[in-house]
Amino acid sequence: MTIAFYIAAAVAVVATALVIINLNVVHALLCLVISFLAVAIVFYVLGAPFAAALEVIVYAGAIMVLFVFVLIMLNTGGAAIQQERHWLTPWIWVGPVGLAAILLGEFVYLLWRNPVAAASGALGEPRQVGALLFGPYLLAVELASMLLLAGLVGAYHLGRTDRQAADERGRM
Amino acid sequence: MSVVLMQHALFLAMVLFALGTIGVLMRRNLIVMLMSVEIMLNAAGLAFIAAGSRWGQADGQVMFILILALAAAEVAVGLALILRLYQRLGTLDADAADKMRG
Amino acid sequence: MLSLLAFIPAFPLLGFAILFVTAGLLPKRWITTIGVGSVGISAFLALIVMFAFLGAPQPYTKVVWTWIAVSSFTPHIGFYLDALSGLMMLVITFVSFLIHLYSAEFMSTDEGYNRYFAYMNLFVASMLVLVLADNLLFLYLGWEGVGLCSYLLIGFWYRDPANGLAARKAFIVTRVGDTAMAIGLFVLLTNLGTLDIQPLMQQAVVHWPVGSALPIAAAALLLGGALGKSAQLPLQTWLPDAMAGPTPVSALIHAATMVTAGVYLIARTHVLYDLAPPVQTAVAVIGALTLLLAGFSALNQTDLKRILAYSTISQIGYMFLALGVGAWSAAIFHFMTHAFFKALLFLSAGVVVQHLGEEHDIFRMGGLRQRLPLAFWSFLIGSISLAALPLIDAGFYSKDLILWEAWSDGALGPWLWAAGLFGALLTAIYIFRAVFVVFFGPVRLEPTGLTGWRIAIPLVVLSILALTGGFVEIPSYLGNVPAFSGLMRSALPGPRVAAAGSSLEIMLSVIAAVVAILGVCIAYIAFRRRPAFLEALVRSPSSLALQHFWETDWGFDWLYDRTLVRPFLWIARIDQGDVIDRFYSGLASLSRATYRQLSETETGRVRRYAAGITAGSIVLIAILVFA
Repeated sequence: MTIAFYIAAAVAVVATALVIINLNVVHALLCLVISFLAVAIVFYVLGAPFAAALEVIVYAGAIMVLFVFVLIMLNTGGAAIQQERHWLTPWIWVGPVGLAAILLGEFVYLLWRNPVAAASGALGEPRQVGALLFGPYLLAVELASMLLLAGLVGAYHLGRTDRQAADERGRM
Repeated sequence: MSVVLMQHALFLAMVLFALGTIGVLMRRNLIVMLMSVEIMLNAAGLAFIAAGSRWGQADGQVMFILILALAAAEVAVGLALILRLYQRLGTLDADAADKMRG
Repeated sequence: MLSLLAFIPAFPLLGFAILFVTAGLLPKRWITTIGVGSVGISAFLALIVMFAFLGAPQPYTKVVWTWIAVSSFTPHIGFYLDALSGLMMLVITFVSFLIHLYSAEFMSTDEGYNRYFAYMNLFVASMLVLVLADNLLFLYLGWEGVGLCSYLLIGFWYRDPANGLAARKAFIVTRVGDTAMAIGLFVLLTNLGTLDIQPLMQQAVVHWPVGSALPIAAAALLLGGALGKSAQLPLQTWLPDAMAGPTPVSALIHAATMVTAGVYLIARTHVLYDLAPPVQTAVAVIGALTLLLAGFSALNQTDLKRILAYSTISQIGYMFLALGVGAWSAAIFHFMTHAFFKALLFLSAGVVVQHLGEEHDIFRMGGLRQRLPLAFWSFLIGSISLAALPLIDAGFYSKDLILWEAWSDGALGPWLWAAGLFGALLTAIYIFRAVFVVFFGPVRLEPTGLTGWRIAIPLVVLSILALTGGFVEIPSYLGNVPAFSGLMRSALPGPRVAAAGSSLEIMLSVIAAVVAILGVCIAYIAFRRRPAFLEALVRSPSSLALQHFWETDWGFDWLYDRTLVRPFLWIARIDQGDVIDRFYSGLASLSRATYRQLSETETGRVRRYAAGITAGSIVLIAILVFA
């Protein structure tokens, strides 16, 4: 199983790298889906099957599909690829890579300083997760639901066109 | 289950996070920037799962669920905003929205 | 009864506060009631307090609270009543009340009506504080207060920049004197440890021998302050320009009260001057010179109010002359009579000027004797009193006393007496010049308008006082009424040589009377009959040059402009970009450059901001990890 972890990790890293480099936005999106699936496998290996399922269903399944819908509505085509090529000049990655490298270096240093700890690999059953959610983390669940409600209302309001808004005002 | 070193899982999370940062800073397309933010959120969730696995508790998964809820709400609102911005600006260029300059 | 003393300055101050706070909101009748009424109440209280005082003439101190308390230096807000301050208080409140009543009609069409009464009330309050203060610091507060009100009221019609310039000139010139006075206060405080006037005088006598350096320095510095406020040589240049203010202001501030503050100061601290004989002689000499100088200048003025202004300078010179020869009560007596007749002259001049549509040039006026009878008789009575014509008026008695005391003052005496006598001649000539030119002869400008009761009553009252006010001090050979000097004896020492009625005294008195009448006759001949030879003499070039020299105040304005004002302006101009300035403007331009740099970072681009966040978080994590 450890092998599965390393293979999935490699796939995730490569897919993510492709996401940020790709000129075609739709291709980037698909690579992101692959990255999420790979991360789901990593979750399973780490003993969190419930999280793995949720990753596939919600993240790769719902959120990415939302991105796809938006991309369809935006109707970008060949001109967009030209534009991306125009934007991604050769030297544009120096600064960001430098910053991210420093950040990574700090994290690596942290990891290196602390003694190696082994993951227990015990299975975190969905039952346990459910017990926690209805127990100590009840407040967090309620807050998350409020957050989702806010997101819902916000997205609805922002998503209306002006003509729709005028119609609704007229009907009221 | 065989043992996976927590160090390595955390290292994976960090690499993914760094890649997400590079994506936010480097790309000019708004959709790609939002996707990079999703990558970063996912990496944070992975770190939580790794920690939960280390201690053998399900709390890591609980945190991951909450992060997921957060990411969902954020994407919904963010995409709606991007749509409005596209209507206003006619382009998906992040640098075109610089009216707050000065 | 005597404890009402603290309320006397309080009522005008309250009047000022009300008028200041409700600026422009009150109807005119209320403003008049508050403005005139507050001073009226003060006058009434002053009368009551003085009656109570006269019953038992002991000096009375009322401390209201302690102003400053710093180790051993504790000046109070305290009021001191003795014969000197009581008399000054009485004259000030009474004359102020009459002038306020006059102003109610004189200024009734002015748009700054409220402002006027507010400033006038503040002035009366400050002046009362000045004369009633029991310590020199509180006196200085009143001193500065009257200076402020003088500035505000000279520049009352502020829309004309010339008025503002005149106000500034008055303030700056008196400031020179005020600075000298402040230094004098420091000298007194550091050497004698207190500024309370009565203990100060006692300490001075104990610690300082006569003629030593310290009393000379203190007395000279206080004299500097008095010279500024009373417009004597060399600080007299501001008073003629101060006529830019409304006429009641000139009457009250620049004739009857503020300009006599210097006289009061010297009389109050007379002990210091007794300890410093050279300074006292200087006071007498300055007084004599000033009265001559101002007399010549008054003779050549064409503006009616400027004649009266120079006349004021001259008469205060008489008061200084009296102080300088040790005749303290004579100086205060002359202050009282001068307050009456000078206020009367200014108020009647105000009537003339207002009825002729603000015409000030006397050679454009004429023949107003029948047209403005009230103004004519008031001005005439005032002139008679000013010229000190014998026996019938108040000015005669006071000026006579001063001349006699001047003669008796040792080696310098006869010279001072001669100066005073010649000054009396000049006084009679210039004031009757004004009378004959303005009120006699053909009518050149027709007066318009009517005079109401609020103008008539003060003129009548002051006329009566100008005639009868001198009868409180009649010398022995004429009737012997020493009431005034008897009253003053409790506060001020008597003169060096008492007026005993010797034949020398009577002869000097007769000479003075003859000189005064001679002056009237000269004025009559020169300005009514206008003989040809006199006209030719007056028109000759050298004579014209001399006249111009005297008209411009003996060239003092020109002198000060060349030696003080221009170099100062030049230095200010070339010092505009000096090191200290550069430092501060450097700071300003540095902050501006930093602003420009910082505003460059606001690009409005999201990625740039995200990079900033990333960099910041890197730094924070580094601190957390490595520190």
